[in-house]
Amino acid sequence: MQVTMTVNGAEVTRDVEPRQLLVHFLRETLGLTGTHWGCDTSNCGTCVVLVDGLPVKSCTQLAAMTSGHEVRTVEGLAGGAGLDPVQQGFMAEHGLQCGFCTPGMMLTARALLDRDPDPDEATIREAISGQICRCTGYATIVRSVRWAAEHPAAAATDQEVTA
Amino acid sequence: MTAVQERSPMPQEREANPAMDAPDRPIGYGRVQRKEDPRFVRGKGRYLDDIVLPGMLHGAILRSPMAHARIVSIDTTEALAHPKVHAVVTGKDLEGLNLAWAPTLSADVQAVLATDKVRFQGQEVAFVVAEDRYSARDALELIDVEYEDLPPVVDVRRALDADAPVIRDDLEGRTDNHIFDWEAGDAAETEVVFARADVVVSEEVVYPRVHPAPMETCGAIADYEPVEGRLTLYETSQAPHAHRTLFAMVAGIPEHKIRVVSPDIGGGFGNKVGIYPGYILAVVGSIVTGKPVKWVEDRSENLMSTSFARDYIMRGEVAATREGKILAVRTKVLADHGAFNATAQPTKYPAGFFSIFTGSYDLQAAHCSVTGVYTNKAPGGVAYACSFRVTEAVYLVERMVDVLAAELGMDPAELRLRNFIKPEQFPYKNKTGWEYDSGDYEPALRMAMEQIGYDELRREQAEKRGRGELMGIGVSFFTETVGAGPRKHMDIVGLGMADGAEVRVHPTGKAVVRLSVQTQGQGHETTFAQILAEELGIPPEDVDVVHGDTDQTPFGLGTYGSRSTPVSGGAVALAARKVKDKARLIAAAMLETRPEDLEWEKGRWSVKGDPSAGKTMAEIALGAHGTVELPEGVDGNLDAEVTYDPPNLTFPFGAYICVVDVDPGTGKVHVRRFVAVDDCGTRINPMIVEGQIHGGLADGVGMALMEFIGFDEQGNCLGGSFMDYLIPTAMEVPDWETGYTVTPSPHHPIGAKGIGESATVGSPPAVVNAVVDALAPFGIRHMDMPCTPARVWEAMQGRPTPPI
Amino acid sequence: MQVPAPFDYARATSVAEALELLERHGEEARLVAGGHSLLPMMKLRLARPDWVVDINDVAELRHITEEPGRLRVGALTRHAELLGSEVVGRLFPIVHDAERVIADPVVRNRGTIGGSLAQADPAEDLTTVCDVLRAEVVIAGRDGERVVAMPEFHRGPYETACAQDEIVTEVRFPVRAGQGSAYEKVERRVGDWAVAAAGAALVLDDGGAITEAAVGLTALGLEGLAVEAAAVLVGQRPDEALFAEAARLAAAASAPVEDGRGPVDYKRHLADELTRRVLRTAAARAGALTAVQGG
Repeated sequence: MQVTMTVNGAEVTRDVEPRQLLVHFLRETLGLTGTHWGCDTSNCGTCVVLVDGLPVKSCTQLAAMTSGHEVRTVEGLAGGAGLDPVQQGFMAEHGLQCGFCTPGMMLTARALLDRDPDPDEATIREAISGQICRCTGYATIVRSVRWAAEHPAAAATDQEVTA
Repeated sequence: MTAVQERSPMPQEREANPAMDAPDRPIGYGRVQRKEDPRFVRGKGRYLDDIVLPGMLHGAILRSPMAHARIVSIDTTEALAHPKVHAVVTGKDLEGLNLAWAPTLSADVQAVLATDKVRFQGQEVAFVVAEDRYSARDALELIDVEYEDLPPVVDVRRALDADAPVIRDDLEGRTDNHIFDWEAGDAAETEVVFARADVVVSEEVVYPRVHPAPMETCGAIADYEPVEGRLTLYETSQAPHAHRTLFAMVAGIPEHKIRVVSPDIGGGFGNKVGIYPGYILAVVGSIVTGKPVKWVEDRSENLMSTSFARDYIMRGEVAATREGKILAVRTKVLADHGAFNATAQPTKYPAGFFSIFTGSYDLQAAHCSVTGVYTNKAPGGVAYACSFRVTEAVYLVERMVDVLAAELGMDPAELRLRNFIKPEQFPYKNKTGWEYDSGDYEPALRMAMEQIGYDELRREQAEKRGRGELMGIGVSFFTETVGAGPRKHMDIVGLGMADGAEVRVHPTGKAVVRLSVQTQGQGHETTFAQILAEELGIPPEDVDVVHGDTDQTPFGLGTYGSRSTPVSGGAVALAARKVKDKARLIAAAMLETRPEDLEWEKGRWSVKGDPSAGKTMAEIALGAHGTVELPEGVDGNLDAEVTYDPPNLTFPFGAYICVVDVDPGTGKVHVRRFVAVDDCGTRINPMIVEGQIHGGLADGVGMALMEFIGFDEQGNCLGGSFMDYLIPTAMEVPDWETGYTVTPSPHHPIGAKGIGESATVGSPPAVVNAVVDALAPFGIRHMDMPCTPARVWEAMQGRPTPPI
Repeated sequence: MQVPAPFDYARATSVAEALELLERHGEEARLVAGGHSLLPMMKLRLARPDWVVDINDVAELRHITEEPGRLRVGALTRHAELLGSEVVGRLFPIVHDAERVIADPVVRNRGTIGGSLAQADPAEDLTTVCDVLRAEVVIAGRDGERVVAMPEFHRGPYETACAQDEIVTEVRFPVRAGQGSAYEKVERRVGDWAVAAAGAALVLDDGGAITEAAVGLTALGLEGLAVEAAAVLVGQRPDEALFAEAARLAAAASAPVEDGRGPVDYKRHLADELTRRVLRTAAARAGALTAVQGG
């Protein structure tokens, strides 16, 4: 069947099996491998993407169900001005180690900041509680989101890191 | 020793982040952002399942639904008829290739695909190769396997019963499920000390089966090129070189024709040390079909079949004087190794480094005996950041010290302070043969107590107990033994536990470091660049760190047991020093002076007494590759290579204190605070060090409160998905509070000890001790993990039960 | 990773169209809304419908409508929308109590009230909530709509009055003056299914006496309300001794089974403990005075 959706601002149309999961549509049909998967039961949240602005577990949604909707993945986080403050925050506060849960965590953080630009620690912890990180123990993820909240206009590239 | 206390401030409380703002980032040790992060935050990491090769097929494994059953027949006709299926492989097919059984890392064999019978639920029975992963899954349903039920051995305590079914009847002459008996220490001497002790406490302490469960499951892509007979194997591997050698041994493909590539790894924690049947099957699939074959396990396969951790039933005993002097510790352990003995540990250590159960205390005697047995469960045992079973050892001794404190009516922190090995006793030879390299324990525990406000918490606890509220304070103090070898004592399947590093300084002064160890998130690309930076004065951003590709890196045994910094870190530092020494010779030639007239300041050799006359590393590198007339015996490059064989292990330590509140009505445990003071010797990048600690602390909360792989009486795995194998979320863990002391390793080139597993080792007893402390009003002295609401409530009713 | 067996997909944009698709494809058609119950079952191949009918675009099913004397909630209303609704929290704080502990925040962005009730998992929270609020469920079929009370709707684990060719379209909550309600759950970890949970709704008269009471339990083997527990409450003034008696009766009415979340006696204890707690909270929310504090 044919599905059409907007992914990171661009409309895409593809022929897919009706049973294809959104995570596989993104990873395999579109080659956007920044979205990961870590379980089959919608418990781990490594597959989180934004659908119409809300965090959704893409392993538990069909590509077909997403047709006509707007999807944002980690590949669409950085804008023309550079990295999203959330991405900078994760680098500044060591919010990632192996990087596997990171795209989902950052997208949830972005959605949170869009509706609550100044979330406290408890709010951040609650927002990411559907996603598991096995490396960081979460405190640095919380700090990363706070960093982004405190640097909303930070639109630098990551030159500080690589220059 | 230096000591620093940190409250892990939120960013708004902290000064500007120097790594973001300061132009002069450290050239060497210090907080610096990770070099690997820019690709990860963009979603540009390259994990195994991200790799797509032209013409690649997909494999899927049919697994046993039963724990113990004879295979009567396997019918693959229908699966083979599926239009998208390219091959179906069974154990019979593998027998023809002599690949049905593969050697394990512990001198046993493991079935790649079951031939005679299945021995655990989830065991590999058949392998399908299809055009896409959906079709491969569909085809699994088309395979018809007839099983004949056999009684399973599930209860490890009954595995050695005379009438227990024999699991390993594939092994000739096998009449029972016994694997090994192993002991350390002096039993007779220990008995003498116990016999004259004032006080002896005894407790059965269970460390149940848990799983490392990295967020990325295990997988492989095999690409066999038949004309030249070359195999390229992409794998989720913590030890690519060891895997290559083992593949050469197992598959009969010459080692020089195998290239193992371990790409970005989504967490390992020991789960990605072993070679699993799926990896071998991907290779078989590629040979059979002539195309690349990808196999990636799903989460249930990961939890049910790959390397579990722990599963130790430990009878612990401590002998002490009434005044609280600990005299001796002994323990008898029953170790469940599952259906195949596939633990990954040095050959001479069938119980890993469990004999460090003497802990941080100055004892007169100690003894342990460990019996390993087969059961109808998944194989494994050494994984999940355990430092080769130091987790079990530390949990035992730290739990038992608290039991003793309760018996003596003594504060558990005070009891520990009285019994520590004293700083002047280092290097300290313990009663089971380890030589602790360095330590200064009391300041670490005092710092943790001060940071958490120990005395005030005890006052609060007393007050709350008066009101019927349940609050607990748990102390643990651990000493780890990490960084294996030395190679003469430690090998895995005959491969000595050493690691290599190659350093090459390019003509423009930029450098590359090639490593045999493999990061799974630990930040090797940054840490190792900083080690080189510290040694040679080349900024970390000018150093490329290459790892995870056997074609590009020197041989070594890989990353597990907190070995990367202790072993490869030593290799990099020594290789850098070779480069520095060579640079001196070249600089002298360039400056037309004698090498001994030069002195080193970071990044530059200059003439003693005339600092303006000198050559930077970049200038020297260009000189080395240029036209400078080099001294005799000096090659025209600035490269060096070292294989580091550590003279001893390193012994990181730490003091952890946890505060919990228990809901008296529901038994629900809330971790309120956790202070961790760690000493890992030299700290290369404090940000990364702290990150390693944080992650391990969350592991400890997970194991103490919820993580558990259980089985029912039929041997069905009860922890086979993330719906049942529970891992803490951000809601179950507190904001970690950390501090540190620095006691460098005297024998290590840079004094570093390794930090990857300290917190996973040290934190479970702190949490459990806190829970048991909270339950003291109920007369509880011990309860086993996991401290779930139901199990805590049962303990409150006076019937704490072992989880197995 | 696990993937579903093949099926065909159809999308409905109206209730009428959804009903038509269900009728056309018969027994082997399943509705999908949030998908968090159905898709995991399909991945395990425990469910293998030939047709999946997607109702996420049926806009008429997605609303929260306050009317005199009742609140109407469309079946497609997401958990997150219920949790974010001021009117829901004001009228029925028990719904917010429950929604805070249903699955996790990301799943709550997809899961729906209609899906939860129709799936009827024995550890599902909203069934208890709707029970104690004496909600009614609207079911649409070929022959039009019917409105059924919760006791009729929920027939047991995984079984409801909604037939294969019907759709749950709406849940209606009666608004009662002087009502307070509460829900509390014990879970092993955030996002886990309930070990046990309890919900209660109390209506107090101006004099502070209980005029209506409802107590329900989740994952405790009790279908429908704990009738005896409610009966002892009615006509009484709220206090600890009364709640203890009601809680004892609720626990007696429970029929838990042992599983990985706990043994029978623990769960029965939770029936008692959680019933007390929700009664306290419900009474306080209904405006009871400090008599209920403590204990």
